[in-house]
Amino acid sequence: MTRARALLALPLAVFVGIVLLLHAGFGLGRADLLPSALLGKPFPDFDLPTLGGEPASRSRADLLGKVRLVNVWATWCPTCAAEHDELAGIAAETGIGIVGINYKDDPNAARAWLAQRGDPYRFHIVDANGDLGVDLGVYGAPETFVVDADGVIRFKQVGAVTAETWRDSIAPVVVSLREALIQERQR
Amino acid sequence: MEGKTPPSGGSGLDRQFLNRARDEAAVIPEIGHFAVVAALVTAASLAGAGLVGAATGRAAWVDACRGLAAAQAGLILLGFVLLTVTFLRDDFSVELAAAHSNTLLPWQYKFSAVWGNHEGSFLLWTLVMAGWTLAVALAGGRLEQAFFGRVMGVLGLLNVGFLLFLLLASNPFARLAPFVPLEGNDLNPLLQDFGQIVHPPMLYVGYVGFSVAFAFAVAALLSGRLDAAWARWSRPWTNVAWAFQTVGIALGSWWAYYELGWGGWWFWDPVENASFMPWLAGTALVHSLAVTEKRGAFKSWTVLLAIATFSLCLVGAFVVRSGVLTSVHAFAVDPERGMFLLILLAVAVGGALVLYAMRAPAIRSRLQYGGLSRELLLLVNNLLLVAAVAVIFIYTLYPLAYEAATGGDRISVGPPYFNRVFVPLMFVLAVFLALAPAARWKRTPLTVLRRIGVLFGIGAALGAVGSLLLGGVLKPGAMLATALATWIVATHVDDFRKRRGARPLGYLGMVTAHVGFAVCMVGVAVTSEYSEGIDARMSVGESVEVGGVGYTLAALDRVRGPNYVADRAVFETDDGVRLAPEKRTYFARGDVMTEAAIRPGFFGDRYVTLGEPVADDAWGVRIEHKPMVRWIWLGGLLMAFGGLVAMADGRYRRLASRDSASAPAGRGGAQPA
Repeated sequence: MTRARALLALPLAVFVGIVLLLHAGFGLGRADLLPSALLGKPFPDFDLPTLGGEPASRSRADLLGKVRLVNVWATWCPTCAAEHDELAGIAAETGIGIVGINYKDDPNAARAWLAQRGDPYRFHIVDANGDLGVDLGVYGAPETFVVDADGVIRFKQVGAVTAETWRDSIAPVVVSLREALIQERQR
Repeated sequence: MEGKTPPSGGSGLDRQFLNRARDEAAVIPEIGHFAVVAALVTAASLAGAGLVGAATGRAAWVDACRGLAAAQAGLILLGFVLLTVTFLRDDFSVELAAAHSNTLLPWQYKFSAVWGNHEGSFLLWTLVMAGWTLAVALAGGRLEQAFFGRVMGVLGLLNVGFLLFLLLASNPFARLAPFVPLEGNDLNPLLQDFGQIVHPPMLYVGYVGFSVAFAFAVAALLSGRLDAAWARWSRPWTNVAWAFQTVGIALGSWWAYYELGWGGWWFWDPVENASFMPWLAGTALVHSLAVTEKRGAFKSWTVLLAIATFSLCLVGAFVVRSGVLTSVHAFAVDPERGMFLLILLAVAVGGALVLYAMRAPAIRSRLQYGGLSRELLLLVNNLLLVAAVAVIFIYTLYPLAYEAATGGDRISVGPPYFNRVFVPLMFVLAVFLALAPAARWKRTPLTVLRRIGVLFGIGAALGAVGSLLLGGVLKPGAMLATALATWIVATHVDDFRKRRGARPLGYLGMVTAHVGFAVCMVGVAVTSEYSEGIDARMSVGESVEVGGVGYTLAALDRVRGPNYVADRAVFETDDGVRLAPEKRTYFARGDVMTEAAIRPGFFGDRYVTLGEPVADDAWGVRIEHKPMVRWIWLGGLLMAFGGLVAMADGRYRRLASRDSASAPAGRGGAQPA
């Protein structure tokens, strides 16, 4: 085989490389929904004040025992406002406990925001300087985590929870976690 | 309802389904489904008859290809028409109609909803594929028989792959039984638009049309007949496919501009890149085919380009449908389908490239050509275009490679990266384009070059002054682009004048397309550099000024459309123009859509969009002035028109029939380059 002939096989080699890459892209699966390195890891420890009510501060222990949504939000985030009704609907429909992380925000503005729009959350943790956000790998608000009864992060949604993302990706995770929990308790 | 229940008993929903089932028309989708299955069998027969007939020299088998191609097209057309009927009848027992249509949807959108989704659009793809196959079958009478058989066989084989994918992984005729919804989920409001009715079919005719060039290339490799005749047969087909794809891309850009509501006309989005890469490669192919035909050179390169162009079309389909790359365009995404398409891609392109490695003539460069000959210019054209494809390809796939390498970290490559490389490449391309009409095969005389130099002085000065007058401020990018564009037009007009009698259609097509490129370049540069806009909070009675024109918010009201309600703002300008942007909420899905109000103009558009309400009587609004944005699409249409004009050049057909009668011709007369 001459050099010139070998050169003609070059396109084939390049193509094989591209197909392998595309295939690898596939192996990443639905990577857009599972980007967090924390997936399957325990929710980080925290001890932070709440936005109001009793007790005045909360820790990781308050997340345990049930499947919960943890939603990172702020008054400076217009998408959070758009997402708010959806979360309220989900809370009312499914009874799932939603915990808010008020992220890099002014607590007074946050309370006023909730007073105006209603408060479907169980409680809110105030993460004023974003330390918990760093531990959670938060890109920006809104983000929503599904945390199981053992306090392990099972899912992360970057961006707003919409009717579609709830139906297609979050609800299935929540339902399977709840079923697993029920089976475990029956045993 | 009390008293009699159907013997099968069951709930109200069951009864409803039984009623539907009794409806005789309910069988319509089943007939459509059956027609497509029959088309798959026909495509397989076509592949067998063509390839085996050519290999064993059975003339009757090859002749049968014409009938089979016609049957295939007829069957898929039947399937497509019946699916359309299903949508128009609001038969929501078909899953696709239930998911993408609605009784309130205006009829023309029920029509386009057929291809406003993955399954339906792929059925359209196979229909277009069958249409191209039939066209080649009807027009290919002058081709040498074995060659014709192989072309038909390859086209048939490709459609076997596509139809298998359609039936196994994305069946548009799947039924929802026994529970039939009373109402459909409606078409995505983004797609409820005229541009979306015509954009996908145009783009598909282009995408799939390159399969003909691919089939010719593979047939040539199989026959060992990689000569001028092969190039001459390929040229008109490639031109048509390229022209349609040009229109498709221009329409897509226009749609994004007025429908997505933020006034951009190109985003370097993966899906846009997916159609732009084959277009650039196809542009290179159109040009390199000219060299292969006229001078017998670049053979291996041209055949590789033909394979690459169609491969990029398949990669495009893969990217759009698999969701491997996230995009604002990915309306229908499914990993399993992606895997199927990846296998299809691997088999079709891998097979062709193996054949290429084995059969392509080894690369020799014995051809003699001197400085600034037409060969050299076309070589530069090809290198620049292929470089552009490579850059876009790498940038589009880089996030994927990055994620695979780092195990999950994601990054995105934004428009600045693309622009930084793509824009300079196009400027260099423009310089060589200006030299094109005067260049001659083998060697370009010095006197001609001197004349081009003079034209450059005049053109550049005119263009620069023009851009200055237009914008008022000096912007180097716009000035350079207008100067180069004016130069391109000047050299083409000059050459056109000198030619007098010798202006065949191929030549006219070239001039039109090149002028189109210049027009498009001016539009892109001027819009990018001179657009201005403001975001403002406005209540009724307030005014702002943009681009020297005052806009007053005259009224805010609520209006009702056929399947939505909208907040509407009415703006009046100083010079008496009324603009009414809307914010629509669609009933079926609750989607909120921004409907921009646009006043189009040859020298500039005015573009107003509604943002969010900031108080009871005040809205955030965006008002923009976009000078010469229409030139971008006008240029695109000119390019496409040029491609069609060149295709119509009768010399391809006359020479092609001569070729198949005797040995390939060495050289033509005047050159349709």
